[in-house]
Amino acid sequence: MTLPRRGLRALAALSVAACLVAACSNDTSKGTETATAGGTYTIWDPYPQFDDSSDWVKLLTKCGTDAGVTVKRTGFDTTDLTTKALLAAQQGNSPDVLIVDNPVVSTLAEAGVLTTTEDTKIDTSAVEPNLLAAGQVDGKTYGIPIGANTLALYYNKKILDAVKVDPATIKDWASLTAALQKVKAAGKKGITFSAIGTEEGSFQFLPWFWGSGAQLTQLDSAQGVAALTLWTDWLKNGLAPNSVLNNTQTTSWQEFASGNFAFSENGTWQLANAKKTGFEYGIIPIPSQAGGTAPAPTGGEFVTAPVQNDKGKYATTTKLISCLSSNENALATDTTLSYVAATDAVQAKQVAANADLKVWVEAVRAAKGRTSDNLGTKYPKISEPMWTGFQAALSGSKSPQDAFAAAQTTAASATK
Amino acid sequence: MTRAEAAPAAPARAPRRRSGQWAAWLFLAPVVIYLVAFYAYPLYRNLDLSLRHYTVRSFVQGDAPFSGLDNYRTVLDNATFWPALLHTVVFTGVSLVFQFSIGMVLAIFFAQNFKLSATLRALFLVPWLLPLIVSASTWSWMLNSDSGVVNFALKAAGIDPVNWLTSPTWALTSVIIANIWIGIPFNLVVLYSGLQAIPSEIYEAAALDGAGGWQRFWRVTFPLLRPVSAITLLLGLVYTLKVFDLIWIMTKGGPTDSSTTFATWSYKLGFGTLVPNFGPGAAVGNLLIVLALIFGLLYIRVQRRQVS
Repeated sequence: MTLPRRGLRALAALSVAACLVAACSNDTSKGTETATAGGTYTIWDPYPQFDDSSDWVKLLTKCGTDAGVTVKRTGFDTTDLTTKALLAAQQGNSPDVLIVDNPVVSTLAEAGVLTTTEDTKIDTSAVEPNLLAAGQVDGKTYGIPIGANTLALYYNKKILDAVKVDPATIKDWASLTAALQKVKAAGKKGITFSAIGTEEGSFQFLPWFWGSGAQLTQLDSAQGVAALTLWTDWLKNGLAPNSVLNNTQTTSWQEFASGNFAFSENGTWQLANAKKTGFEYGIIPIPSQAGGTAPAPTGGEFVTAPVQNDKGKYATTTKLISCLSSNENALATDTTLSYVAATDAVQAKQVAANADLKVWVEAVRAAKGRTSDNLGTKYPKISEPMWTGFQAALSGSKSPQDAFAAAQTTAASATK
Repeated sequence: MTRAEAAPAAPARAPRRRSGQWAAWLFLAPVVIYLVAFYAYPLYRNLDLSLRHYTVRSFVQGDAPFSGLDNYRTVLDNATFWPALLHTVVFTGVSLVFQFSIGMVLAIFFAQNFKLSATLRALFLVPWLLPLIVSASTWSWMLNSDSGVVNFALKAAGIDPVNWLTSPTWALTSVIIANIWIGIPFNLVVLYSGLQAIPSEIYEAAALDGAGGWQRFWRVTFPLLRPVSAITLLLGLVYTLKVFDLIWIMTKGGPTDSSTTFATWSYKLGFGTLVPNFGPGAAVGNLLIVLALIFGLLYIRVQRRQVS
């Protein structure tokens, strides 16, 4: 190898290396610059199932055009989005509009990632207060719900008819358990739900937990243990299958869709699938222990505006968000997502269009945000011991009392 | 690396020493920058994460206070630590023993080159070719307590069904079984190619000396395969220590912590809840790296002893 050639190669290697380094530093600065000057607004949402040809993305594009800007939308997996949003905030390149699952709002707010609706002047007055509460921390509101979903009990009409149970008579835990026993005696399966060791499991447990009158600040109260005992006894007596421990809401739905189960605790989003099962179904609200509708947790996303270095962008961001949450657009979006609207006016329109939704609208009105009661970022620290607790009790490794006593100890030290 | 490192040493004795060295460093630059950017820096960041007290707020603002070994203490005091360590060791140990021995038996079986052996060998590679999410989901359906095919078969045979994934006594066993199934092809392939490298004359000589099949295995195959076996086991160990997706898909580490290993625990701390605990999550991740490193060093030591 001759020297000149060697030098040349070295030069090439060096320039490649220099490029690498330069490109790295260039990119970040360029990212913010073009965003300001070029009028491109980024939107992140947790609906990866929608592609560019979907109504949802078309709506986003249209709202952008109306506001005079280009919209760049990215859909993420829900579980990914929190971490992505935090990382983006750390790097200083948050999206302009972030649509995020409601229990995450208080976490992001705590991290200082989100603007308040005061800052951005977004009008939230029409939104139902119980839904808005999930996005409120210390009296400040950090976004506007795009719609809501919650849980109720789907039932298989044929199975209940066969054992002569009128679903309308199921008003409390005792009548529900009695119905399950009749179903079991007839050789069918009782109820299926999701008690998986993730947030999804906690979401499904909460209607029973709150329905007993328990508070999240005291997991091992007599009421809390009663709720867990209800679930544990169902499993022990064969009224619910053992697989609930590993069920997601989707797998639990598949069990119900097989036609062998009398009840399934599931959400609004299964409504479209319910029509495909091929058997007649009905929906009743989840009963509380003493009778009446139990408060179920609210699901669904908030439209939020992350903090930007360039405050001048907020005016357009507000236009985008108002466009998304305007009555007619909300109606279209909530229909696509199979959600219940967050405002009274749109809810009325939904029920008028589809009477099936009446139960859901009522359930949403009775529902409660997981991070409400000013729990905010404490909620996740309670939710984890709670799901660990019910998994311990359902798998038989601890009694309900011991499981929740341990959970309370963990939760108390984590939220101290 | 070794070739690149040799470069600066050679021209060192040449008259144009300086420029030669500069050129050498320039040649090295891309790989050094690559290593620093993609290996050293992430490792440093992980260490840094584990030594600071992060909340979501300080993660975003980047002003987390230095907290020394607090995160490690939190992790050590956590009720999950000892079970997770035990599960990691059992999961890795049992998986390795079965993967290796079954892989070895199959490799020797296929080394005989009978008709259809190539086809059958290809079939054994299927677990390796399938995306993990597919095989893990399939396992979790098969092992489902109520509608799984395994329990259906047990029932048909008159045996009581087992709650494979949902009982604290069986969850770890279930994920180990699935992991062994996934790991066999790797062991089979590597050991099989190791067997090809053993000259057949040695076997002939052994046979002439009157060695039976069993003796030929213990006295010829096994010793000659030792270097290949060592690297297979080491790679298997590193792969198995960090197995995460399989366990996460099948049991999420549950019920309660009964199938949690360091890998799933680290993920759960960092990303599995609504509020991430980056500090303790990184601490567990680092412990896992240290664990793999110890075994790596052990391997190098054993190898050196073999060479000398």
